[in-house]
Amino acid sequence: MANILSPQVAAEQHLVTNWQSRLFRSTLNNRSLALGLMIITSLGIIALLAPWLAPHDPYLQNTANRMVPPFWHETGSWTHPLGTDRLGRDYLSRLIYGTRISLFIGIVVALISGLIGTTLGVLAGYFGGRVDAVVSYLLTTRLAMPVVLVALAMASLIGGSMLTVTLLLGLLLWDRFAVVARSATLQLRDAEYVQAARALGCPLPYILLREVLPNIAGALIVVATLEVANAILLEATLSFLGMGVQPPLPSWGLMIAEGKAYMFFQPWVITIPGSALFVLVLAINLLGDGLRDLSAPGGRNE
Amino acid sequence: MWAFVFKRTLIALSVALTISVLCFSLLQLSGDLALSIGGPEATAEQVEQIRVDYGLDRPVIQQFTSWLWGAVQLDFGRSYYYQSDVMDLVVERLPVTMTLGVMSLAIALFVSIPLGVVAALKRGSWIDRVAMAIAVTGQAMPNFWFGLTLIIVFAVKLQWFPAAGSDSWQGFVLPAIALGYYATPAMMRLTRSGMLEVLEADYIRTARAKGLRTGTVIFKHALRNAVIPVVALAAVELGFMLGGSVVIETVFSLRGLGQLAWNAISRNDYPVVQAIVLIIALFYIVLTLLADILNAILDPRLRAR
Repeated sequence: MANILSPQVAAEQHLVTNWQSRLFRSTLNNRSLALGLMIITSLGIIALLAPWLAPHDPYLQNTANRMVPPFWHETGSWTHPLGTDRLGRDYLSRLIYGTRISLFIGIVVALISGLIGTTLGVLAGYFGGRVDAVVSYLLTTRLAMPVVLVALAMASLIGGSMLTVTLLLGLLLWDRFAVVARSATLQLRDAEYVQAARALGCPLPYILLREVLPNIAGALIVVATLEVANAILLEATLSFLGMGVQPPLPSWGLMIAEGKAYMFFQPWVITIPGSALFVLVLAINLLGDGLRDLSAPGGRNE
Repeated sequence: MWAFVFKRTLIALSVALTISVLCFSLLQLSGDLALSIGGPEATAEQVEQIRVDYGLDRPVIQQFTSWLWGAVQLDFGRSYYYQSDVMDLVVERLPVTMTLGVMSLAIALFVSIPLGVVAALKRGSWIDRVAMAIAVTGQAMPNFWFGLTLIIVFAVKLQWFPAAGSDSWQGFVLPAIALGYYATPAMMRLTRSGMLEVLEADYIRTARAKGLRTGTVIFKHALRNAVIPVVALAAVELGFMLGGSVVIETVFSLRGLGQLAWNAISRNDYPVVQAIVLIIALFYIVLTLLADILNAILDPRLRAR
């Protein structure tokens, strides 16, 4: 993970501009990047336009219409294309609104953990010595904590909710940001333009924010995409276990938990939200992998 | 070498101490313990009695040191729910989780190393693409959902394996696949990139130039070096798997540590939660320490750091 960015590239002053122009040229050539971007854009649009796209109210219960199978079954109908759940709520509408929950949590968690991890990593890489030792210690301690278990225990203490899950995961998932920000900053610390800024007497925040940060942004964006995917999977896991997003919100993990009792006779109740989760995370990972290939011209030699 | 081992052990010990402080604070954060032990029907006098019985009337520092002293002697107090020693519960459940962890790791290694080697040797071929597809899908598959799907297909439809229970080895197959698949992508990618790197090294060219058979070059010279980081990663992954067992054991109803942790969390049985978090963290710390030392023995350059 540490050498996500090759030293030569990281040391390049125009990394960001190069990186952007390369992005345009290579997106078309890089199939996984294009595919990932396409799926994420569509899901993003679905999330934004959920109230207009959803055929029904995702919370409206209809006990007369419980467990209607999806359209490809003989007894299915197009009124509820993906069927209804055990409370008679339209599955497609719940799935569409669920996109919002997954994307929101994924992005906010990546922002919180990115802020924490980048701050720690940049400070450790820039100052080295004692600061680095303290950050490394925090990192080792954090890595020794089993994430799912700690998140579950804390969520049960505080009470599971969308806000709790987002904050907990944000506070837990900063490790990769810190590792990457640290090693990227370490390579920049003695770059000529950083030395020049120091010699000119630029204040420290200026050096870190204007000279260092833009030049490690490429690597951090790669980590951020992978961390969004990670957060979405963990939210689903916590919600599945009942300590995450609470009913009646249509979190995909929660939908799988609610469908679990019916899965032997009606497998689609877990197949549908599970596939949605799989496709979203797959798309984000493809995007992340594609971006990594762009920022490391040597190819896939992690 | 010994200086390296000593330094690493010291760091591992202090991390363990920090984790134990965090675990203890978990108990403190959980609110008034005497109230949760007593339950909703307890009278004020009963709660007071519980407070004295469990030593909850003492200062926090004193409670912490006595808890830590107990933990060092593997005594984690009593479970609120089961009313028995936490350590007895853990010892009873540990074999199941260990079996699951080791089987998952074995599956992950058996899939990832051969596949990674072949993918590196035949770079760009269809098998390389298959390997990449396995890696990408493995990372995107929510493991609880994958587990449920395995149950539907292999336990209910095909009836090859039982859906739940840890009485026979067959019961471990599906959960081990579900847990192992999650660890496979990282290990396969590392094997592949390690092999690619090693195959370009000078000593491989020398070995080939000497006229050694391709098989000898690959297995005796290249693989041995490429696999070092994979072994280290495997140790770390085993630690992650013990943590991840909480989900898989719940899905497959295995009576292991993970299920115990999950039951304890939903019943507010904090002494048990605390002990399991600490034990899994300690496993992870010990495993990474061993991996570090193993790496340093195999690759002397690492000792300098």
